Amino acid sequence: MPSDHLTRRSLLQGSAAVAAAAPTLASAGAATARPTAKGETGMIPVELTVNGREVHLQLDPRTTLLDALREHLHLTGTKKGCDQGQCGACTVIVEGRRINSCLTLAVMHDGDTVTTIEGLGTADKLHPMQRAFITHDGYQCGYCTPGQICSAVAVLEEIAAGVPSHVTDDLDRVALSDRELRERMSGNICRCAAYPNIIAAMNEVAGEKKA
Amino acid sequence: MKPFTYSRATSVADAAKTAAAMQGARFIAGGTNLLDLMKLQIETPTHLIDVNHLGLDRIEPTPEGGLRIGALVRNTDLAADKTVRRDYGVLSRALLAGASGQLRNKATTAGNLLQRTRCPYFYDTNMPCNKRKPGSGCGAIGGISRSLAILGVSDACIAQHPSDMAVAMRLLDAQVETVGADGVARAIPIADFHTLPGDTPHIESALKNGEIITSVTLPKPIGGTHVYRKVRDRASYAFALVSVAAVFGKDGGGRFAFGGIGAKPWRTPAADAAASSGAKAVAEAALSGARTTYHNAFKKTLVERTLASLYRQKEARS
Ligand SMILES: Cc1cc2nc3c(=O)[nH]c(=O)nc-3n(C[C@H](O)[C@H](O)[C@H](O)COP(=O)(O)OP(=O)(O)OC[C@H]3O[C@@H](n4cnc5c(N)ncnc54)[C@H](O)[C@@H]3O)c2cc1C
Ligand code: SF4
Ligand code: FES
Ligand code: FES
Repeated sequence: MPSDHLTRRSLLQGSAAVAAAAPTLASAGAATARPTAKGETGMIPVELTVNGREVHLQLDPRTTLLDALREHLHLTGTKKGCDQGQCGACTVIVEGRRINSCLTLAVMHDGDTVTTIEGLGTADKLHPMQRAFITHDGYQCGYCTPGQICSAVAVLEEIAAGVPSHVTDDLDRVALSDRELRERMSGNICRCAAYPNIIAAMNEVAGEKKA
Repeated sequence: MKPFTYSRATSVADAAKTAAAMQGARFIAGGTNLLDLMKLQIETPTHLIDVNHLGLDRIEPTPEGGLRIGALVRNTDLAADKTVRRDYGVLSRALLAGASGQLRNKATTAGNLLQRTRCPYFYDTNMPCNKRKPGSGCGAIGGISRSLAILGVSDACIAQHPSDMAVAMRLLDAQVETVGADGVARAIPIADFHTLPGDTPHIESALKNGEIITSVTLPKPIGGTHVYRKVRDRASYAFALVSVAAVFGKDGGGRFAFGGIGAKPWRTPAADAAASSGAKAVAEAALSGARTTYHNAFKKTLVERTLASLYRQKEARS
């Protein structure tokens, strides 16, 4: 099995296996996949626009968008927490919408535009949401933070677009409130429980937007 | 994940034909349920047919005054649709009570209907499960069954249907429109779409081999006050222990559908008929034939209390 098919489970099976496999991850993009049932190599060309850059990949169809970003494009800002849609650490913005990159295949996104935390801003030129997270201490260990920030940016756009949520009283009147922000951010778990500070950061950015 | 090949379908007919012709082929829409199960090798398709590019993502009025919802309409878009918000509020509410913002951006109408159970033993491949491996037994019966179903269950399987959206669809008498491998289209009433476990819990819907869902239609709006109440272990981002979808009419009548308690989205004519008699009567009618375990017997009480809270909410509004 080529190294780009490491699953979280096989990673967890032992640190020795991890140590042995990790160095080969870098060349995973070039590896040839084991022939599939039909006798083809099984590799599929995938073209993405990631953070404004066009990239061409040859991928085993099993590669999730998350693994394509991390293991093939080395954009390791996006994190893998649960790998099953339950934590939000892998949140990226695809075609303008936030999604869990662990629960979608890269081949399904051929031709799509992807924004990751690396594309929102840089250390020299922070995105307002990144700056607000720093100002308000919106993280401790930082593992969930890239997903939180991608989600937070998209949430403000969803509210602006009038997309209702579970806590919206009148489905036709969507307004910003702490309650709305909390509900909309429920797909991003933070083990360090930075939640109140994340809400403060989002409120600041929302306020700046309005002003 | 087991290796598989992948193709993008070019037409509905082609997708259905390919799916029927290739053993082990499956459609993939949002992928949020299928991929999760493939990672655990609970689902092991050998070929994936991507149905995302078939133009099935529109919501449009039907000549009968209802609404046709494309199979690939995302849960977010369906919940936010102006007509759905205005005329089918219970559907918006049910969708918004499910999963997370990220997941709803991917999850589709068809995929949501066909999502598989959240029975913990179905997910644990070390345990017996008749649904996952026919004939292997049921880990949940006699196991920890707190989340599982109390209606429509069998000796082979007591799994609950996990969808919120499907409960509202059941309430609204939706029809599932499909195209078969032979190219023939048909409409399946939602009441007949999901099947009960019986001796064959691995069969979960009326779909035939290769049959693809193209849309779900809603009859014309029924008015009334639309509510959806979901009771769960967390305030957000958790599956239902019990959920109730209801539409209350001005005349004191109403209709009810239930999630979290049935092997499929649950609705009985007797419960609707009891609407004017209040929560207790509705609960009694809906729960007729319920079969509980030590762990999930609380769901009966929870159904009645959830209904009572909905009645109070309705009265407070009127
Ligand atoms: C962490 C988490 C929490 C969740 N919480 C909730 C919740 O609270 N409430 C809730 O209701 N749901 C919840 N979900 C489930 C979610 O709603 C489903 O995963 C989603 O709706 C499935 O849609 P999809 O388009 O991604 O389906 P896919 O995963 O693409 O497909 C699911 C199934 O449908 C079949 N299929 C897809 N399209 C078609 C078609 N057009 N014709 C025929 N067959 C088709 C596929 O072959 C597959 O078998 C949760 C999921 C996760 C991961
Ligand atoms: S209840 Fe159904 S899904 Fe759960 S273990 Fe038993 S057979 Fe499997
Ligand atoms: S890694 Fe994708 S949701 Fe947890
Ligand atoms: S900052 Fe540590 S998990 Fe969120």
